[in-house]
Amino acid sequence: MKSNPADYELFAPESLRTAVSMMAENPRQWMPIAGGTDVMVQYAAGVLKSRKLLSLWNLAELRRIEVLANEVRIGAASTYTDIRRNEMLGCEFPLLVRAASWTGGIANQNRGTLGGNIVNASPAADSLPALLVYEAELILASAGGERRVAYVDFHTGYKKMQLAPDELIRAVCLPRGAAGYLSYARKVGARNAQAISKVAIAALAKVEESMISDVRIALGSVAPIPIRLRETERFVRGKGLDAAMIGAARKAAISEIQPIDDIRSTARYRSTVVGNLVQEFLQSLGANR
Amino acid sequence: MLYGATVRSRIPRGRIKKITFGPAVDWREYVVVSAQDIPGKNYIALIEDDQPCLADGAVNHPEEPILLLAHPDRHALPKAVAAIEIEYEALPAIFSIDESERKDQIIWREDNIFKSFLIEKGDVDGVWAKADYIVEGEYFTGAQEQLYIETNGMIAAFEEHKGITVWGSLQCPYYVHKALMALFGLTEDKVRVVQTETGGAFGGKEEYPSMIAAHASLLAMKSGRPVKMIYGRAEDMAATTKRHPSRTRHRTAVSKQGKILGGEIEFVIDGGAYATLSSVVLSRGTIHAGGPYYWPSVRIRTKAVATNVPPHGAFRGFGAPQALFAMERHIEKIARTVNLTSDEVRRRNFLRPGQTTTTEQVIKEPIDLVKLLDRGLELADYQAKRKRFARQNLSSARKSGLGIGAFLHGAGFTGSGERYLSSVVGVEGAADGGVTVLVSSTEFGQGTNTVLCQIAAQALGLPYDDVTIAQPDTSEVPNSGPTVASRTAMVVGNLVASAALGVKQTLIATGKLHQNYTAGEFRAACREFVATRGKLQSLARYESPEGIFWDDQKYRGEAYAAFAWAVYVAEVTADLSTYSVTVNDFVALQEVGRVINPVLARGQIIGGVAQGIGFALYEKVEWRDGRMANSQMTNYIIPTSADMPTIRVFFEELGNQHGAFGAKGIGELPMDGPAPAIVNAIEDALGVPFDSAPLLPEEILSVMTSHAANAESESPAGVR
Amino acid sequence: MTTSRSAKCEISFSVNGERKSVRVYPMERLLDVLREELNLTGTKEGCGEGECGACSVLIDGVLVDSCLIPMGQLAAANITTIEGMASNSRFARLRDAFLECGGAQCGICTPGMILAAAHLLERNPAPSFDEIREGLSGNLCRCTGYIQIIEAVAEAARRIGAK
Repeated sequence: MKSNPADYELFAPESLRTAVSMMAENPRQWMPIAGGTDVMVQYAAGVLKSRKLLSLWNLAELRRIEVLANEVRIGAASTYTDIRRNEMLGCEFPLLVRAASWTGGIANQNRGTLGGNIVNASPAADSLPALLVYEAELILASAGGERRVAYVDFHTGYKKMQLAPDELIRAVCLPRGAAGYLSYARKVGARNAQAISKVAIAALAKVEESMISDVRIALGSVAPIPIRLRETERFVRGKGLDAAMIGAARKAAISEIQPIDDIRSTARYRSTVVGNLVQEFLQSLGANR
Repeated sequence: MLYGATVRSRIPRGRIKKITFGPAVDWREYVVVSAQDIPGKNYIALIEDDQPCLADGAVNHPEEPILLLAHPDRHALPKAVAAIEIEYEALPAIFSIDESERKDQIIWREDNIFKSFLIEKGDVDGVWAKADYIVEGEYFTGAQEQLYIETNGMIAAFEEHKGITVWGSLQCPYYVHKALMALFGLTEDKVRVVQTETGGAFGGKEEYPSMIAAHASLLAMKSGRPVKMIYGRAEDMAATTKRHPSRTRHRTAVSKQGKILGGEIEFVIDGGAYATLSSVVLSRGTIHAGGPYYWPSVRIRTKAVATNVPPHGAFRGFGAPQALFAMERHIEKIARTVNLTSDEVRRRNFLRPGQTTTTEQVIKEPIDLVKLLDRGLELADYQAKRKRFARQNLSSARKSGLGIGAFLHGAGFTGSGERYLSSVVGVEGAADGGVTVLVSSTEFGQGTNTVLCQIAAQALGLPYDDVTIAQPDTSEVPNSGPTVASRTAMVVGNLVASAALGVKQTLIATGKLHQNYTAGEFRAACREFVATRGKLQSLARYESPEGIFWDDQKYRGEAYAAFAWAVYVAEVTADLSTYSVTVNDFVALQEVGRVINPVLARGQIIGGVAQGIGFALYEKVEWRDGRMANSQMTNYIIPTSADMPTIRVFFEELGNQHGAFGAKGIGELPMDGPAPAIVNAIEDALGVPFDSAPLLPEEILSVMTSHAANAESESPAGVR
Repeated sequence: MTTSRSAKCEISFSVNGERKSVRVYPMERLLDVLREELNLTGTKEGCGEGECGACSVLIDGVLVDSCLIPMGQLAAANITTIEGMASNSRFARLRDAFLECGGAQCGICTPGMILAAAHLLERNPAPSFDEIREGLSGNLCRCTGYIQIIEAVAEAARRIGAK
């Protein structure tokens, strides 16, 4: 344990309102901590930059999952276990539930939160590709009020995001309308559980009369942020499912990503596997018709 | 009590020019120890005595310890360590066997070679002319971290009149004892080493604890207070020993019937910056290099070389997994070359009773390896599954295969090693009539306490619950040798039985106990003896069996008192969308002399297979300039419960005249088979040979790609 | 430059059914407070980064890694450590099954494994082997290779169900 607890403050506000006023009154002073599964690891490693932590753990306003007519609002401090347990999410947003089941072990899932996953912004984060294909929107809260941001615009670069210093993520909104889409997701890690992903893919497609009328493909761990494969989607949309199209889509996907060599894997491996998984996804659409 | 921390080298090789203690820390609060504070000799006594306890001018590997700090608040240590600036004059460093052999840099004595061995049997030079085939191969294994779940830790206390006492997580109390005597220039009664409950070891706490004990003791001596040092996980992974990486080259003369006529084996291990146990690891690898096969002639040339990485050390198997990986991969290549199945090639070459090993040890026991292999294959449904997989693989992106690992493992110390150790064991009658086993052999999960108590109970005809075992404390127990080399049940157990019989004989000699006593009568006699006559203790010392001959110069003769034999079969599926390999089923069949405790024995095999699966598929050390870059549990990958296949364990028992109740050692045996069996299975599934472990998906992709490219470039132009 | 020091605070919570109050820095880890303030050393540190599960405890009945929990988040929490498991209805069956099936070798991962197993069986009284694997996948063991642990949990489940 490389940090000295005596050097750190942690305050647990009673409400979201208190939390955002503290952040407004002390700009850039307070770092939010929810479940702590990322922050406490940095702390133990002696690399946590902030000395003042603001606990969002278990604030009721941040931990509920609300089902509305046109969207589901997942409180940012909902844990992966909360997400896995929610039947409605399991029905309409299975890729998010699956991603939650892939994150760490049970103990991590009981503490790790969706908001924390987003703000920690590891390109390898498990839930983020699913949020991209479900076209999530974030509700950001501050003392000044709330605003919505399309999740796809939220990450602007490696660990850079559209979050003002006095803002928190309050909820993740998933528009209902993905029913009728075929879904596919895979996480490629070093082992079957408790693995940081080398490649992660989430994808949805609508197939009507042997033609792909809509497709959404998102990848993690192959760029500084999780990404949608816009070019590949544009190419695939409106096409029929045949081997030539799938081969070309595979090439398009590989050319849209910028994987790197890092401690976990190689650029070459990531590229090849992305190609394989996009291919597998498209082939599965034929089988599921 | 104070807490201790270590200031370590950031560079792989060089000289320390200047050490600056930063201004932001009040250094008066800290105890600081350097090499200058060492009262005796500045090395960790082991074999070569070349490894400094604290670097004194020269550094030879990243993480080499330079200074020690202690403070009453352990949270005050990390920032103090970070505040010490060390200026180095860097020297060129070497990180691989190849670089060490090239000798561009000499980093250890005159030639970078810690040790070498040469075994010559028969007429090697004459076989090539008779060979129908000459099969060559080169095989590699990487470093492997022991990853005991409890890190290294030690508490030390120093008092002028008492000397040093250390309590720690360790395997070999007397190794630590010897090292502290030399470091402090103390006599043996002034050093006391006590083993505490140890959370896993696997060899990683065989020699390393001497280092951390030395460090804690120096701080205790300088401060006059007890000092506790517990390594964090990242420090433990980066700074302490790992399995020796290896390179093996085989060149084999083979007949067209697939019989080995003779050959040359070159086996080289990377020992890191200091010698530690490399010579002994090399010895075991050398003797196991020929596998369970009959070599009419062979030349085995081996060496351990120095590189600028933290010294490598003991890890379950201790050289044998590396050498046997190569042998079992190579037998597959031989089979491919002569166009026979690999199981048939094994049958034709297995050692048989009456034949000699590579060290010319005669196999005297009635081991039938052909039968063992056939049983293993049947248990794995090998023939039928291979046929089925060959069909299924044609139309699937998930390809399955089976692979065999056939091997042997010599238990106990090599050759004259046990005689040199001259282990002593005690059994003592207690005041309550029970019996206590006195050994320095330690429990760290493998069952020492249970098995040795079982043996004493059995020898005396007492219920198991009447026997206890003393905590290993060098002031209380004799030196029964280190807890290594799979020797505890077999060798130490035998001595426990002898010592127990000594207690029995003493009681019977008093006339108060007759030969066919009941447990109650024994207890009564024991109680009375202790009450009226005092100490009731019997010691037994190791005696080398008759007719065991070992030539240390020629490395010839009876290398081990007993070999255990095994056939492992792995079934794997390789997913070609991700190049990941899953082990679906694993058969572990072994002949082990006698199973003393079935549940513990099965647990040892499964645990060893799990580590072997890690060695084969997951556990890669990522080196950056001699430092382990993936020194966290999050990125050094061992199997979780979700990664384990069904593991089916089977034992056969031929007995062992030299082992307690017929037991042979089994602790390390299961480490030898999984990696070759799994890599053989992967080759079976994919039709591509792989010559290294661990074999990660990235490597599988890379090898498959270049294999395909070679195949294409080799096909004649115009032929598709 | 001086770093402003944080202040200790009084945190009241319950551990194994007993009310406790400690005066600690809010960013002290629960793991350290259990071991060093409360002398409950059954909870172990294996990695300090939430990977090995040796530090597993239950907070309000929910399995978590105590090396990742800051004290400042624990006001009024109910913590159960391995020491508190004796009163857990499943514990005796788990303990016996672990002993008979060889589920513990060195024992360092065992407290965490027992807690993870109890947590699983509470939610899934008759888990399949795969469900047990998943339930324990956050608890690393280096000695056993897991199989005898999984068998122990399955056996305990059978016995609990059979009573």
